Amino acid sequence: MNFHFTEEQELLRSAFAEFAKEEIAPNAARWDAENITPLDIMPKLGELGVLGIFVPEEYGGIGLGHTERVMALEEIARHSAGLAMMVFTHQLGMAAILDFGSEEQKKKYLPDMCAGTCICGLAVTEPGGGSDVAGQKTAAVLEGDSWVVNGRKCFITNSHCAGATVITCRTGEDEKGRGTFSTIIIEKGTEGFAPGREENKLGLRGSMTGELIMNNARVPKENLVGEVGQGNPIAMKEIGEVGRASMAAIATGILRGCLEDAVKFANERIVYGKPIAKLQAIQFHVAEIRCDYEAARLMLYRAAALKDEGKPASPEFSMAKYFATDAACRDARKCIEVMGGYGVVNEYAAGRYLRDAMGCISSGGTGEIQKLIVAGDTMRKFK
Amino acid sequence: MNILVCIKPVPDPDKYGDLRIDPETKRLVREGVPTVINPEDKNALEEALRLKEKLGGSVSVLSMAPEFSRDKLVESLAMGADEAYLLSDRAFGGADTYVTSYVLAEGARRILAAKDLPRFDLILMGNASADGATSHVPTQIAEWLDLPHICNVREIRTGSEAGEAGAEDCSTLQVIRKTETEDMLFAVDLPAVIAVSREINKPRLINAMGIIKARKKPLTIWSNEDLDLPREVIGLAGSPTQPGALFSPDMRRGAESLGSEMDAAADKILEIVQKAGV
Repeated sequence: MNFHFTEEQELLRSAFAEFAKEEIAPNAARWDAENITPLDIMPKLGELGVLGIFVPEEYGGIGLGHTERVMALEEIARHSAGLAMMVFTHQLGMAAILDFGSEEQKKKYLPDMCAGTCICGLAVTEPGGGSDVAGQKTAAVLEGDSWVVNGRKCFITNSHCAGATVITCRTGEDEKGRGTFSTIIIEKGTEGFAPGREENKLGLRGSMTGELIMNNARVPKENLVGEVGQGNPIAMKEIGEVGRASMAAIATGILRGCLEDAVKFANERIVYGKPIAKLQAIQFHVAEIRCDYEAARLMLYRAAALKDEGKPASPEFSMAKYFATDAACRDARKCIEVMGGYGVVNEYAAGRYLRDAMGCISSGGTGEIQKLIVAGDTMRKFK
Repeated sequence: MNILVCIKPVPDPDKYGDLRIDPETKRLVREGVPTVINPEDKNALEEALRLKEKLGGSVSVLSMAPEFSRDKLVESLAMGADEAYLLSDRAFGGADTYVTSYVLAEGARRILAAKDLPRFDLILMGNASADGATSHVPTQIAEWLDLPHICNVREIRTGSEAGEAGAEDCSTLQVIRKTETEDMLFAVDLPAVIAVSREINKPRLINAMGIIKARKKPLTIWSNEDLDLPREVIGLAGSPTQPGALFSPDMRRGAESLGSEMDAAADKILEIVQKAGV
């Protein structure tokens, strides 16, 4: 058993960290305060190799794995969880195309998506709910050479900036009358397709979240991803392994922010003639955040390594997502407590960490959904 | 243009607060402090890569360091260098700048012999290392190799940028050297050794594709068996200078009450100032 990253992975991490320090850290507070989606940084992330890091070179990517992908997300989220949200949703749609798309689709979409010149997304959630995938109402009917799509998706990241979004829609029903679903790529500018309302979020600002409205949108037949009727398995696989991995990585990045900021503040703040870092009450907070951060990393990178080995990792990603998100919420609060009055002043990032951590709860399924997945797996494995 | 860049791994200057001096051995305790490519050496590598992009040729990187510093050479390759050489042997340990420059110069000769090249057109490096900061090595390497040298360079001009002085074949470069009071413009015949300052450029960030490409680039590690230098002229044994005492200055601040009597306090202040030799 080896708990070390390779020399190459360490070099990648330092490259991502240096980029984040130069390009993200100085802007993160402004993106959050002014709710700016920094689209201009996407081509730079493309050049850095982050966006297509898990995509083979033949489609414009780097040809590495998901360990390196979540490593990049952790480094981005350390400074801007909102930007990491945009990046991961982009990768989520790309993963669906890479894993299930046709050769033509991969060649058509992935190079521009790796370069950051075309933004992608994956849209499942509807006003009726996100985790109830069988209850989706958006429907697509094949008419001649086109799918005619009608319906509404909501809480969709990259809703207003995506050049192409992979959406799930009902395309039929099985012998028992239950809906069957398919995934279809729908491009920006398609007639009858437009983003709707844009949400003003508590956290993860710096990423765009909103509605997608399909009103007799006509999509070429060849935009079907995978087979007819495979939509929900495709969406669930990507959300389960790429989506939850990413949310765990983002929460882990937030945890590191909490840790570094709490330690920095504790060393600089002098009370009773000495830094508060000397006080046990403060040390306990810091120790607890550290334990959570280390545990979150172990769970995240173990799950990512499993996926890169081609092994099933869905329950492991659920555990990592549940644990890291919960930990980020409680530790952002601890970070604020360490900082006292300064913790609630917006010049410091601690408040943003708390809002971002809360923002992580629902994406990819709430903690309760993760626990259902973990429980199901546990009941089988520990019988 | 074939360029050699000398780099030195140094403790990360952002983490200098974590460095300690061992009171017994008088050596820097580097454990737990990450190393980086000496910042000015990174500027030198960036300048070499820009010259190569403009004029063609190749960029080789050379370092004398413990073998764990291999990752810094991989980083140089990821930045865009074509090949890297690490001179690593316990026998090189404890070298002062005189011996360091000697081993690096011999390393440069060894590379030329291995590649069957007549010369490097240009040898670039940072003006000073962030840890030692002696600025001795560039000049000393040039002396060992019998080449012209110029330090503290903040701009290098080639070909047409350099006007008449810069021939298109790059047998000559124009360089601007900074001093405390002015800039000095030089025309330098190549081959030469040039040491650069931080102002010369902003080093590029490495990217994932560069790291992947670095996998296929040659990284050669040579010990003293390969260089075959007499042991008495290398390492601690060959170094004519040895550090004396190495200590952290006492930066503690003190406070003393001088009472509330103005005249008595003034006398006391005068006494303190005089005692301090001001």
